[in-house]
Amino acid sequence: MRRPRIVVAMSGGVDSAVAAARCVAEGAEVIGISLRLADGGSGSCCSLADFQDAAAVADRLGFPHYVFDYRHDFERTVVEPFVAEYLAGRTPNPCARCNQHVKFGRLWEHARELGADRLATGHYARVATHPVDGAPVLRQARDADKDQSYFLFMLGAEMLGRTSFPVGDLTKAEVRREAACLGLPVAEKPESMDVCFVPRRGPAGFVEARAAAAALRPGAIRDEHGTVLARHDGVHRFTVGQRRGLGLGGGERRYVRHIDAVSGAVTVTRHLEGSRGLRATEVSWAGREAPRPGSRFAVRIRHRHPLLPSRLVTASGDRCTVDFEGEGAVVSPGQAAVFYRDDVVLGGGWVSEAWS
Amino acid sequence: MTGRVYADYNAGAPLRPEAAQAMREVLAWAGNPSGAHREGARARRAVEAARLEVARLAGAEPDEVVFCSGATEANALALRTACRTGAHVVTTAIEHASVAAPLAAAADHGTRVTRVGVDRDGRIDAAGVAAACEPSTALVSIGWANGEVGSIAPLEAVVTAARARGVPVHTDGAQAAGRLPIDMRGLGLDLVSLSAHKLGGPSGVGALLVRRGTGLEPLLRGGPQERGRRAGTENLIGIVGFGAAAAAARAALPREAERLHGLTEALWRRVSLAVPDVVRNGPPDDVLPGTLNVTVPGVSGEALLVLLDLAGVAASLGSACAAGSPEPSHVLRAMGRSEAQARSGLRLSLGWATSVDDIDRLGAAFADVTTRARAAA
Repeated sequence: MRRPRIVVAMSGGVDSAVAAARCVAEGAEVIGISLRLADGGSGSCCSLADFQDAAAVADRLGFPHYVFDYRHDFERTVVEPFVAEYLAGRTPNPCARCNQHVKFGRLWEHARELGADRLATGHYARVATHPVDGAPVLRQARDADKDQSYFLFMLGAEMLGRTSFPVGDLTKAEVRREAACLGLPVAEKPESMDVCFVPRRGPAGFVEARAAAAALRPGAIRDEHGTVLARHDGVHRFTVGQRRGLGLGGGERRYVRHIDAVSGAVTVTRHLEGSRGLRATEVSWAGREAPRPGSRFAVRIRHRHPLLPSRLVTASGDRCTVDFEGEGAVVSPGQAAVFYRDDVVLGGGWVSEAWS
Repeated sequence: MTGRVYADYNAGAPLRPEAAQAMREVLAWAGNPSGAHREGARARRAVEAARLEVARLAGAEPDEVVFCSGATEANALALRTACRTGAHVVTTAIEHASVAAPLAAAADHGTRVTRVGVDRDGRIDAAGVAAACEPSTALVSIGWANGEVGSIAPLEAVVTAARARGVPVHTDGAQAAGRLPIDMRGLGLDLVSLSAHKLGGPSGVGALLVRRGTGLEPLLRGGPQERGRRAGTENLIGIVGFGAAAAAARAALPREAERLHGLTEALWRRVSLAVPDVVRNGPPDDVLPGTLNVTVPGVSGEALLVLLDLAGVAASLGSACAAGSPEPSHVLRAMGRSEAQARSGLRLSLGWATSVDDIDRLGAAFADVTTRARAAA
């Protein structure tokens, strides 16, 4: 029988290195590919050092490694929408967009041309089997603290059937141990944090450097009664629920309650109440039928946020409305809303607005 | 790397045995060529013998050869004198990065740079170059042969036009040397850049040929080496290897040009038979012998490159870059190709050690790989 050919997306970090090692161990023919997404150099990703780390791992494990230039795709499908979302007063989630368009988009296209049977990544998530129809489903990682299924909600059954997450049933500590046992040179490499292409000082400066001055939306910070408390330099500097950096001086705590990109108005409040639910767009249900209205599941509204017990109010086309059955929660438009039953992902979409 | 077919000569040729042998002989030599002792004299003689060979290869006089670290340095040295604030330089849109980048930097500091475009086959129009020359033009810099698509510059016409306006002409001859007869004096060129490793010498050595009487401002100052035009102790081993490679290349010309042309066209027939809708990027005739750049519709350049590598063929996408990541080719962009097309151009480049058997295996691998990629996509 022919050995399966697996393309492994390699960032140069320890997770994808161990993912590749596990593919080799299962007897697959592995091709390692690193993605050049931005002009690296000194940045936190895509530096020559990261590519060399990935190449060193491939060399150690004895499989070929290549670097593909996806800067153009990344710019168009991740960076430009990221900037546009902030300018529109929303809080984007570029990692999920990158998975959708770049890793499981362009890279999978290229992997298929290479004759790959599967694509493997170092994500912390698992592919399980549906108990009824046996189709592949996306499941949380065993290490709940590292779980990245939130960023992968858009993967349908067909893609999941061609996907491997070899470290999804390991903890980070186990990954590092396995890397050390195999003598992989990246075993001790520190974790990458934050959004890979945004400099440490945060997204505001990045958006300002990328956007035309006329596209910025400065305006007033008002309280619930409409009283102007201060002026601000642009709605892209705010996220619903934000407390720090409002520029209101000391005094009582205030939170961002609402952002209106058209008028530039940012409304703040002393007592932030959660909304009862959310509306989402571009919703997908892992390639299945949408559940019936009234169905119960849990929703995650941002990475690491606790799961909220919820009820599906309506689902039509690629839109849906979800009611939080317990306490309300502060919803940031632009983030992903991902629906879980137990630890299995039913689907997800992008938060368009809070629903109350 | 036994059993593999190497088809990336335009990025760097394998070392010729003559060069390897010549370098082995001098490896253990003591003696700075500047030394007054016998050892120094022996080293000096070896450098001068190599200088003569390089001069012969390029139709220059020995005292016109300035050894340096490679074509990148030679290009920088050639451009340096001309790139002054307010000066004007004429070049093209398809130059190698070692010409394009210094000119882009100079443009940021007040040098005016005109980049003449090319046609869909990557050909440069000499009349367009002539029309771009102005009274303040200090230099015309045009690559002899393009390393990505193999188009050959109309240097004779360019020199005639530039001469009439009193403008010196520089050409990067790194790709042409060893594959086309090069006659610097016969053509009336003022500055020619050469690279040793492109013609089967070692990497890390090259030369700028500077016609007598041409002004040159050194990049490196210090000792009096290379007649004060390039300070620093001579790279004896590299220069000896360069000289031996130049001698071997010259001995093979002009038959080698015909042989490479024949191999390239044979490969093209194999490729176009296997993939009837394949597109050849570059001029249909009068192309640099050994260069074949193709696009397979519906198959990405990345996939072709990787599948060929796995099948034992070393090819490349456009020009190589540090991380090994294929960037969209500025040459194909200048030829009017889209961003996607500019990334799908696969370059197969042949050279001194390429055999008929290599072409057979390359053609078979290409047919197999494209069939599988198309079936899978």
